Amino acid sequence: MTSITMPQPDYNMKVVRQFTLTTILWGIVGMSVGVIIAAQLIWPVLNFNTPWFTYSRLRPLHTNAVIFAFGVSALMATSFYVVQRTCQTRLFGGSLASVVFWGWQLVIISTVISLPLGYTTSKEYAELEWPIDILITFVWVCYAIVFFGTLAIRKTSHIYVANWFFGAFILTVAVLHVVNSLAIPVSLTGMKSYSIYAGAVDAMVQWWYGHNAVGFLLTAGFLGMMYYFVPKQANRPVYSYRLSIIHFWSLIAVYIWAGPHHLHYTALPDWAQSLGMVMSLILFAPSWGGMINGIMTLSGAWHKLRTDPILRFLVVSLSFYGMSTFEGPMMAIKTVNALSHYTDWTIGHVHSGALGWVTMITIGAIYHLIPKLFGQKAMYSVALINLHFWLATIGTVLYIVAMWTSGVMQGLMWRAVNADGTLTYTFVESLEKSYPFYTIRLGGGLIFLSGMFILAYNTYKTIYAEKGSIQYQELGSK
Amino acid sequence: MHYSTFNGLYTLFLIIIFIALILWAYSKKHIKSFDEIANSILTDEPNTSEKKTSETSGVKK
Repeated sequence: MTSITMPQPDYNMKVVRQFTLTTILWGIVGMSVGVIIAAQLIWPVLNFNTPWFTYSRLRPLHTNAVIFAFGVSALMATSFYVVQRTCQTRLFGGSLASVVFWGWQLVIISTVISLPLGYTTSKEYAELEWPIDILITFVWVCYAIVFFGTLAIRKTSHIYVANWFFGAFILTVAVLHVVNSLAIPVSLTGMKSYSIYAGAVDAMVQWWYGHNAVGFLLTAGFLGMMYYFVPKQANRPVYSYRLSIIHFWSLIAVYIWAGPHHLHYTALPDWAQSLGMVMSLILFAPSWGGMINGIMTLSGAWHKLRTDPILRFLVVSLSFYGMSTFEGPMMAIKTVNALSHYTDWTIGHVHSGALGWVTMITIGAIYHLIPKLFGQKAMYSVALINLHFWLATIGTVLYIVAMWTSGVMQGLMWRAVNADGTLTYTFVESLEKSYPFYTIRLGGGLIFLSGMFILAYNTYKTIYAEKGSIQYQELGSK
Repeated sequence: MHYSTFNGLYTLFLIIIFIALILWAYSKKHIKSFDEIANSILTDEPNTSEKKTSETSGVKK
């Protein structure tokens, strides 16, 4: 297909290689911590009676590791790769890209140390204390300079749609992080600080941040990944480029309003809660527009799913994306939320997005990238990719079904009242009933994590094989 | 201007922009250039310069 050999620019693939490998590393670390805290919920003794291993400290470590170490590394790897390939030019800013890489690793290491030691702002997904927040801001500005600088010096006339999503992710996360993290340190030599917000305003700012971290980091960023790697792996252009433009603008216009659905039936003014609910419901339309655009890219090429497990990862991730973005608006309806909020249903919903959508699309992208980055035609073993695909799918399904069941049961038990108005069940009774589901969840998590080790092994064998020695393989053909 | 009047006008303004965006994206004028952009990511192989071997002959991808 490539008789027209265009002169290839001297791309900066070093930083892409670094971020791709750290994505795998931090994925394994973050998910292992997840498995440990899932086990702690069954066997509390696993905190070994030390403050450092308590659930309360490891849970933020898990969320920060999977979102900011694994997820953001994946986004940095793919955005740096995609922006160079689609702009036909080397990354802007020379060694600034390396500053982004090492700076971000420093942020991750600070997280891994400071959270178990108990330093926390106690703002969910924004637990890191002020010195680390300043470091994040610095690295993020460098990231933005490299990314937008590359767009500015592009050799192509247009900016491919994936870059619009990556760009929205980078800009919005900068604004979210700075506004939500505004705090006054108690002293310049200590880690402790107090947020400048108080009361209901603090809650609103926190969930404006929290939900837009979902909307712009875990959705827009990974949609950027989708719009490049799905067409690339299917070897077909995206189903509708026009739809992708509508998708982009409607998604970013609506997502920013959905935060208040985290605060139903709280001190937040009622009109703000209703606004959040309505905007969350509207969000269903652009979300499914994007999902349909991704899946329909395969129309006429469905047979490739039979032989290409990488494509399976990408398509199944879109299916989970569709499921989560149907479930999300539904849970944002106040009466549904009255049942689901504070229960394990929320955890199930998050993981259907996090494992099913974010991680599966990342894994698909990694399997596409590794051979290209390390001078091979394909991954070492397509059979292992397929095995990983099934482990990831089964692990995700076990996890979310267990949490749905547990969550609905908890919601029903907590709201049950006797004829005289007293509560039918104590909290501990509902906890006791949750144990079987916690065990199934641990099993699902373990299965999912074991797939990540297969990814690491397959990557190792691909990198250390003699350059160009691995041939294309199709599933089922020896 | 009353706050709710402003809200109403602003909502109207956003609706007009959104409809204009749809009309722009779906106008016949842009079909060709959008197709070219969508195809552009598929025609930039081979990549990364690690080496340029002869491409896959007869191997279905």
